[in-house]
Amino acid sequence: MKNIKVLGTGCANCKTTLRLIEEAAKAKGIEVELEKVEDLPQIMSYGVMSTPGVVVDGKVVHAGGIPSKDAIGNWLEDPNP
Amino acid sequence: MNTSTETLKTNPSCLMVWLIGLPLAAGLWFLAYWHLGDFADWTISVLGLTRDTHLGEAVHFFAYDTPKVFLLLIGVVYLIGVIQTFFSPERTRALLAGKRLGIGNTLAALLGIVTPFCSCSAVPLFIGFLSAGVPLGVTFSFLISAPMVNEIALALLLGLFGWKIAALYLVTGLAVAIVAGLVIGRLGMERHLQDWVREIHAGNAAPTTGDQLSWEDRLRGGLHHVKEIVGKVWPYIIVGIGVGAAIHGYVPQDFMASIMGKDAWWSVPGAVILGIPMYTNAAGIIPIVEALIGKGAALGTTLAFMMSVIALSLPEMLILRKVLKLPLIATFVGVVGTGILLVGFLFNAVL
Repeated sequence: MKNIKVLGTGCANCKTTLRLIEEAAKAKGIEVELEKVEDLPQIMSYGVMSTPGVVVDGKVVHAGGIPSKDAIGNWLEDPNP
Repeated sequence: MNTSTETLKTNPSCLMVWLIGLPLAAGLWFLAYWHLGDFADWTISVLGLTRDTHLGEAVHFFAYDTPKVFLLLIGVVYLIGVIQTFFSPERTRALLAGKRLGIGNTLAALLGIVTPFCSCSAVPLFIGFLSAGVPLGVTFSFLISAPMVNEIALALLLGLFGWKIAALYLVTGLAVAIVAGLVIGRLGMERHLQDWVREIHAGNAAPTTGDQLSWEDRLRGGLHHVKEIVGKVWPYIIVGIGVGAAIHGYVPQDFMASIMGKDAWWSVPGAVILGIPMYTNAAGIIPIVEALIGKGAALGTTLAFMMSVIALSLPEMLILRKVLKLPLIATFVGVVGTGILLVGFLFNAVL
């Protein structure tokens, strides 16, 4: 099972990103472990400068702005995103 | 991989659509812009009003300014949106890392205009810059300029005040950001960062996008930016112009001259202090400010008020509190506030 973290201090875009990933995973019937990281020092430890950031299995795949539907689909389905 | 080959194949035809569509849209834009006055005249005549009445004057103001501001907003935000696809925060950081005070501050203030920036990312950005070796003063120049000199403020000033005032705002806003950053840098306040911030050395850079984008991506990026920005600020603009229209139609001439006029020396500091707890974006405040100027408020005072509302706000300070200790926050407010004061006094004296 994939572990997906959304990094963000609680702005509207971060919440939307979390919801989009949740919906996409449900629609595709893929089980994921979804986490929201709001702790600043922890966010910074990923080297992300613009939030929301997305981390899939420990790897930063996105930073800044709401990700596109295509990108989310790739993260969920690609074995090595 | 699948998706990227697909976009490569469809690229030429899509780019054609953009190459035809953009000039067409620009043509329509100019056509609409030249007929703003006709539209406003038509609106009040349809409503059976004349400009001699208070209501007629207010409605005319609203019907003229609303489409004008939105046209300019869409145009300016689109342009900046396309330019922003060339700059990511990561690239800006790389450009600024290790730059000395002075040249670094100027560069930082300029990059603040074109780097995509959302106020909710201010703190991660701040730490990201510092940890990559961007000096504290240079980082502050960026952080002051990015929200203050933004495309929304410039578009609204252009629409409501004309290009001269927009240019003045641009130049003085940059000057405040550069000088405030220089002063903070000179004071050597690194020890007033919160402890956990100083311990972070983010060596691993986050992924950079922006290098491999095609022109089609960039043109579409501009459209995306328009949707995002205009979608967010349109209610503020409508309410702002509505209040402005009411002031325009109903408040007596020269009413503001006594409180916000040139002769009241205390009006500039008053405007700056009043602006701090107010947290609205440029979109809501500028139409109101324009109406106030029409009623005798001095330009320097109103510019100072605008800058204070946008650049110094309580919620932002609460966020910064997580990374800065109190002395540094106080310095930040003091230095930026002084800069804005000087801008206000300068314009009241010159114009």
